[in-house]
Amino acid sequence: MANDVKIKSTDLKVFYHDFQALYEINMEIKENNVTALIGPSGCGKSTFLRSINRLNELIEGTSTKGQIYIDEIPLYDKDIDPVNLRKNVGMVFQQPSVFPMSIYDNVAYGPRIHGVKDKAILDEIVEKSLKAANLWNEVKDRIKSPATGMSGGQRQRLVMARVLAVEPQVILMDEPASALDPISTAKLEELISELKNSYTIVIVTHNMQQAARVSDYTGFFLNGALVEFNRTDELFVNPRDKRTEDYITGRFG
Amino acid sequence: MKATNRLEKIINLCFWLSASVIAGIFIIIIGYIAVKGFSVVNLDFIFTAPTRAGKEGGISTTIIGTVYLTAVALLFAVPLGVSTAIYLEEYARRKSRFARLVNLTAETLAGIPSIIFGLFGFVFFVIFLNLGWSILSGGMTLAIMILPTITRTAQEAILNVPHEYRENSLALGASKWQTISKITIPSAAPGIITGIILSIGRVVGETAAIILTAGSSLGMPLSLSDPVRTMAVHLYILALEGISLERAFGTAFVIVILIIIINYMAHLSLRRLSHLSS
Ligand SMILES: Nc1ncnc2c1ncn2[C@@H]1O[C@H](COP(=O)(O)OP(=O)(O)O)[C@@H](O)[C@H]1O
Ligand SMILES: [Mg+2]
Repeated sequence: MANDVKIKSTDLKVFYHDFQALYEINMEIKENNVTALIGPSGCGKSTFLRSINRLNELIEGTSTKGQIYIDEIPLYDKDIDPVNLRKNVGMVFQQPSVFPMSIYDNVAYGPRIHGVKDKAILDEIVEKSLKAANLWNEVKDRIKSPATGMSGGQRQRLVMARVLAVEPQVILMDEPASALDPISTAKLEELISELKNSYTIVIVTHNMQQAARVSDYTGFFLNGALVEFNRTDELFVNPRDKRTEDYITGRFG
Repeated sequence: MKATNRLEKIINLCFWLSASVIAGIFIIIIGYIAVKGFSVVNLDFIFTAPTRAGKEGGISTTIIGTVYLTAVALLFAVPLGVSTAIYLEEYARRKSRFARLVNLTAETLAGIPSIIFGLFGFVFFVIFLNLGWSILSGGMTLAIMILPTITRTAQEAILNVPHEYRENSLALGASKWQTISKITIPSAAPGIITGIILSIGRVVGETAAIILTAGSSLGMPLSLSDPVRTMAVHLYILALEGISLERAFGTAFVIVILIIIINYMAHLSLRRLSHLSS
C-alpha cells in the first residue's frame, strides 16, 4: 500500500502574470509517506505546494498549465470544484494563524462548515483531533477559552488539529516549524512521523536536517525547476546532481 | 546635550498644554450643560410630551422621534453600506472601473454638507415621491447622509482582517461566502460598529436636514408616514425662537447623556467582540 502514488504532477507550470515560477514539474508523491521539498528561498516550493490544493488561483494574475492528479483524478479539470478539493487536501502555513475564537471553535470550524451540527459529534471530533495533534492534555481544561492566548508551538499544533478535524487525505505543510522554538519543532516533527501512517504529507522546509529527519522522499527545487527527486536517504547521501550536492553541503542557499 | 534636553521639555509641555486645553474645553461645555440642564431634567421631563410649543411639559415625543429616525436611517444604511464594503473589498477587482467609481463616490459624498442631503431629500422624498414630512423621508435622507461613513469604515475594517484568516479558512474547504460570513465579518465587526456609532452621533446631532425632510411636529408619531421632531431640532427651535433657554439646556443635557450611553454600550459590545481576539 505504502508505495501507491497518491499525487502526481505532470508538466506543471505556474505563472504569476508574465513571471514563470515553475517549469515542467514532474513528480510522484507516494501515499502514507512524508515528502520534503527543499531549496533556496524563492525557488518555487510554496508555489508548488499551493498548486496541490489550488490555492494559487486565489491570487489575481496566476495561471497554471499541466496537470496534477490525486488518486488519478485531474485537479485542474473544468468540473473539479476547488472548494471540495480543499476538504481532502489540508494545509498548514508558515505562520500558525488561529482564528480569533475559542480553541474548540477553531477545531470545530471545518466540520461545521461541512455541515456537522450535532454537538456530541462535534465534541468527539474536537477531542479526537486535539489528541491526534498531541495538544489535548495541554488544553482540555480551557477548551472554550480564546485560542489567541496560546504559545507559538501550541498554535501550530492547534492549526494541525483544525486540519485533522476535516479528515483530509493529504496534508501540505509550508515551513511549519520556521516560527517555532527547538522544543516545539521537535514535538511537531514527532507529530508528523505519527501522522504519516494515515496521511500523505508534503512538507516544505529550508532546514535540511529536518528534511532528513522526517521525510521518506525529498525533492530539490532550484529556480522554479525540480532538480532532483529521490528517496531521502539516497538524495542526502548520494546526490546525483552537482547542484543538489552543492546545496545540501551548504555551498549556497 | 542640555539644550536638546530643554527643547524636549518645551515640546513636551506644548503637547501637554494642547491636550489640557482640549480636555478643559470639553469639561467646561459638559459641565455648563449639566449645571444649566440639571434643574429641568427629571423623570417627568423625559416621560411627558411637550406642551405650549415646548414651553411646558417634557420632551418625550422628541426622544421617540430621535430614536425612530435613527433606527430607520440605520435600517437602510447599515445593510447597504456593509454589503457595498464587502463587495468592494472581497469581490470587485481592486482596479476595476466600477470599484474605483464607487470608492470615489463614497469619498465625495462623505464630504458634502448635510444640508445638501436635506435639500435633496426634501425635493425627492418629501415632494417627488410624495412621502411628505415623515419619519420615512427623514430616515432615508439620513441614511444617504451616513452611507459613506458606514461604507468606508466597514471597508477599512474588512481590509484590516489578516489575509491569513481568509487563506486558512479557504484551505479548510470553506467557500468564499462561508469565509466572509464566518471569519471576515465577525473579525471586522468592531470596526463596523465604530462606523455605526459615528453615524448615530451624526444623526442625533443633525438639525437642518431633518427639519426639511421629517418636519418638526411635536405630536407623538404613530406611523412611518408621520412627521417628527428630534431632540436636536427641538433644542434648536427652543433656543432660536426664545421659547425657553432653560429647556433647551435640559434637552441638550439629555442628548449628551444619550450619546454617552450609546458610546458606552458600543464600547461594551466592542470589548465583548474583541475579547476573543485580544
Ligand atoms: N503572488 C505572487 N506574485 C508574483 N510573484 C510571486 C508571487 N508569489 C511568489 N512569487 C514569485 O515566485 C517565485 C517562487 O516563490 P515561492 O513559491 O514563494 O518560493 P519559495 O516558497 O520556494 O520561497 C519567487 O520568485 C517569488 O518572487
Ligand atoms: Mg515559501
